[in-house]
Amino acid sequence: MTSQPFRLPQGGLVDRSRLVTFRFDGREYTGHPGDTLASALIAGGTHMVARSFKYHRPRGILGAGVEDPAALVEIGSGIHRDPNVRVTEAEIHDGLEAHAQNVWPSLTFDVGEANDLLWRFFPAGFYYKTFMGGPRGWMTWEPFIRRAAGMGRAPDGPDPDPYEQTNRHCDVLVVGAGPAGLMAALSAARSGARVILAEETAALGGRLLSRDPAATHLDDRAAPEWIGAVAAELRSREDVTVLTRTSAFGYYGENFLGLWERVGDHLPRHERSPNLPRQRLWRVRAKQVVLATGAIERPLVFHENDRPGIMLASAAVTYVHRYGVLPGRNVLVFANNDSGWGAAFDLAESGASIAAIVDVRREIDGALLSRAAALGIAIHAGCGVVGTSGRFRVTGAKVQPVEGAGGVSDIACDLVAVAGGWTPNTALFAQSRGKLRWDDDLAAYRPGLSWQKEASAGASNGVFDLSGCLAAGAEAGARAADAAGFSAVPAPVPALRAEETLQRSIHFVAEVPSHRKPEDTRAWVDLQDDVTTKDLKLALQEGMQSIEHAKRYTTTGMGTDQGKVANLNAFRLVSDKLGRPMHEIGTTTSRQPWKPVTFGALAGQHVGHHFHPRRGTPMHDWHRRHSAVFEPVGDWLRPRAFLKAGESFEQAVQREARAAREGVAVLDATTLGKIDIQGKGAREFLNRVYTSAWTKLAPGRCRYGFMLGEDGMVLDDGVTSCIADDHFHMTTTTGGAARIYQWLEDYAQTEWPDLELYLTSVTEQWAVASLSGRDSRAVVEEICDDFDADPATFPFMSFRDTTIEGVPARIFRISFTGALSYEINVPASYGLWLWEKIFEAGARFGITPYGTETMHLLRAEKGFVIVGQDTDGTVTPHDLRMDWIVSDTKGDFIGKRSLSRSDTARADRKQLVGLLTEDPGLMLEEGAHVIATENEPAPPVPMLGHVTSSYLSPNIGRSIALALVAGGGDRMGDRLWVTRPGGAPIPVRVTETDFLKLKEEGHV
Amino acid sequence: MFVITCPYCGERDQAEFVSGGQAHRTRPLNAHEMSDADWGDWVFMRDNPKGIFAERWFHSAGCRRWFNALRNTATDQFLAFYPMGEAPPAVEAVLPATPAGEAPIGSGNDAVKVMRPGESEGTTT
Ligand SMILES: [Zn+2]
Repeated sequence: MTSQPFRLPQGGLVDRSRLVTFRFDGREYTGHPGDTLASALIAGGTHMVARSFKYHRPRGILGAGVEDPAALVEIGSGIHRDPNVRVTEAEIHDGLEAHAQNVWPSLTFDVGEANDLLWRFFPAGFYYKTFMGGPRGWMTWEPFIRRAAGMGRAPDGPDPDPYEQTNRHCDVLVVGAGPAGLMAALSAARSGARVILAEETAALGGRLLSRDPAATHLDDRAAPEWIGAVAAELRSREDVTVLTRTSAFGYYGENFLGLWERVGDHLPRHERSPNLPRQRLWRVRAKQVVLATGAIERPLVFHENDRPGIMLASAAVTYVHRYGVLPGRNVLVFANNDSGWGAAFDLAESGASIAAIVDVRREIDGALLSRAAALGIAIHAGCGVVGTSGRFRVTGAKVQPVEGAGGVSDIACDLVAVAGGWTPNTALFAQSRGKLRWDDDLAAYRPGLSWQKEASAGASNGVFDLSGCLAAGAEAGARAADAAGFSAVPAPVPALRAEETLQRSIHFVAEVPSHRKPEDTRAWVDLQDDVTTKDLKLALQEGMQSIEHAKRYTTTGMGTDQGKVANLNAFRLVSDKLGRPMHEIGTTTSRQPWKPVTFGALAGQHVGHHFHPRRGTPMHDWHRRHSAVFEPVGDWLRPRAFLKAGESFEQAVQREARAAREGVAVLDATTLGKIDIQGKGAREFLNRVYTSAWTKLAPGRCRYGFMLGEDGMVLDDGVTSCIADDHFHMTTTTGGAARIYQWLEDYAQTEWPDLELYLTSVTEQWAVASLSGRDSRAVVEEICDDFDADPATFPFMSFRDTTIEGVPARIFRISFTGALSYEINVPASYGLWLWEKIFEAGARFGITPYGTETMHLLRAEKGFVIVGQDTDGTVTPHDLRMDWIVSDTKGDFIGKRSLSRSDTARADRKQLVGLLTEDPGLMLEEGAHVIATENEPAPPVPMLGHVTSSYLSPNIGRSIALALVAGGGDRMGDRLWVTRPGGAPIPVRVTETDFLKLKEEGHV
Repeated sequence: MFVITCPYCGERDQAEFVSGGQAHRTRPLNAHEMSDADWGDWVFMRDNPKGIFAERWFHSAGCRRWFNALRNTATDQFLAFYPMGEAPPAVEAVLPATPAGEAPIGSGNDAVKVMRPGESEGTTT
């Protein structure tokens, strides 16, 4: 006995020579390569695969592809688990493990099903009404609701699979490889255009694959052979990229589209190439786009229309011809247009018996009636299905005339094939911001006005007949090539021999009329989110009359399927109930992505180390070898401290900080931003961008300066040195380097183009070692070629050019520590060499490498500020009590006018002061609030300011802190308090900020 | 993602550029004579029109030149690119009927997703 009772003896594109074994929900199934989970499960006789979101109702397989709303499962386990996978899209392979989700304890016995008994208590807006009230409503309930309404579980750990992103330009991107898409790609390719053809499923051919190959001939070839020939030609062309298993998920501005390719998902892990990613994201910029995305059949909306075994008629036919599977042996077809009849005939000829054709229309085309009669099919015209039976699979339907007082017939069946008409798939068109047009004959929206450089062709444009699709595709491809600058060579449209029963004379009803009381009717519009017509009607009654409001109130179309089959029925219901035409109701917004895309693909290679690439200095490897603890500063990784064996981070900082004053210590300062400024206007430029005066700075001298924004607030700081009258070397903070460079270019190019100057970033050209401490002079003199570093003759804030073993070097006498300092600059390629040289020469002084944490501590001992730590964009130089840095004598500079604005000039602004705790061993917390009272008053607590920097200082011998305090300059010596969580406020004394000086003067 | 035509380098992806906000704001040379209110306006206030907006862009990952662009903020369509110091060129744009309205196409807004009866079909670009 076969384990695939519903597999047809022949037909389908599956490879019957091979058997594939997989498991679903603990049971073993077999199928063939080419099967989806859906086709293989149906072959095994299983239709129920999931439970619905709200009521936990059994959910079956409605569609045969991306349109399916609710047949979602988990695939894989542990770190490989993928939730919410559509069974109609997932391809099977040996060893595949799928599980039902949103069920407990099992798919067929699910406790959550109790919700279904309470359905009357879960009206539209239930969550809003019940849980939004009160201060803690939603917060309290959300975790429980989420658990109960779960949509699959996330993987158990970080994703181990590789993903890839790639950028592409092309002349013509064709989305969809059905008859229209294939012809479009062929035309564009033959015209010489660079073409990308993206097909969502595993095979080219689209709807052609859902047709009986024996009854579909193109140029006298059966459809599969014709497709094969087209595919072979496309693949043979160098300028054509054919992508299968690739969804165009987003249409963004200026013909930028995202494509998501599943490279390896259809293979067992051991068969996947280790050289290929699991999935690939293509970022495509196309000159022209052809949207050949087809059309999607709609279900019909009637009482109990959600049972497993109720399937789109087109999907039923697809299972027969594409997969060689019979979805039901005894099929009731329910239609509102002719295409359902075509499906019925097709199924009948494929071995199913047709229990009945039910059609809401009274008038049926004579040819259809006679063909049905010839096949012996019972016809119920002017009738509707008004109820169904069956727990895990439909077992029968109740049929009743839609008008008059006809009785109900019970018809047994194992499949209800529903044919509610076709919706052109306009999702990408709408994403491109094109305007849709309501077409009454089509009973659907189709593309109207284009906004971007695209054209819809074939069924996505409302053309449903095969020859029309082939012709439209050929023309669209040629036009696209022409618009992209090629002389068009349209592919000749193949001669077609095929029988088609198209959507004709549709009677589009939002809800099948029945004699049932509305309050007792449960007719599903959205199968994933469990939205019924009753919910939508209630939403309208409660005033949610905009389609966007009705959507959000009921959640219709808000599931992971975005309402692909549900939306138009919902819009129609709203239109009917409000008595307003469809074009006034409009549509909800088609958003990217068209279907769920994995985070892995969206992240691509940008994970782990590649998430944010870090820069290292030429000395970086040395730091690594010497136990540096790193921190990111801007894009750089800088050593925070160098740990000795057995030493804690705090101990290392204390040791390094002592060495930087009492001995000699060295900091890798390579990362400082450096900008070379040249030109006759350079000096004037500095006058305008810095607060201080630069007119008199002589060559060989350096000056520290602040840059302000136009709002007067401190933007950046650094030392700039005069190399020649028209040549300056500027340094910026490490983190501000790129921003300040851009900002300077802004002023140079846009405000003062009359100043002749050139700015060049030279950050990477220099490696910098900053020596600090009593013995630094000796080290400098030892490594430099014949160099006198005597601070008396080589004064503070000057620089000298010299050589080190012949290598050019520039030495600055500048200091961020307050100790004797020399900053040695060499060409970056000599950075490591210099560094090692320094350690060689410094060995006898016990030279100590130090990191940024120590640097921060050292500068705080001296009361130097760090822009971005002691300032936060609301702090002026006066707030820092650094009035000396602002020149009153020169002309305008950036931010000058703002310093006298009434608010900026207030005396009670927060000002930078030192804080010393009364208990010298107690350290304040950075960010802690400063208050004026011994006890913390009741909230709101009046706050004077906050602590910006706080350290335990080995050189001062106690804790020190800097703080911004309201009117701080006038509070010297005052006793204030600093709050802390879970303890009494800490008493502190307000001091000046230069703690070294305070110590020298005996105040500490 | 925009395609931006740098006047010096040509068409490039937006990823290479940094936006610099409103263009043609000349820094006052008489700041010291301005009232706090007038100065505050210049420092803090920017136009934010729905429609044609002259804005600055910096080709930060390219030639490092600042330049100007005209963009229709109602539809996110660039209408012109031109060097610093030049006056904005005359352009045509699909504009909202009123400041509170929507451009007839291109905004992606609810009001213009679906055609009205009588609105002609075709392509607008
Ligand atoms: Zn450029």
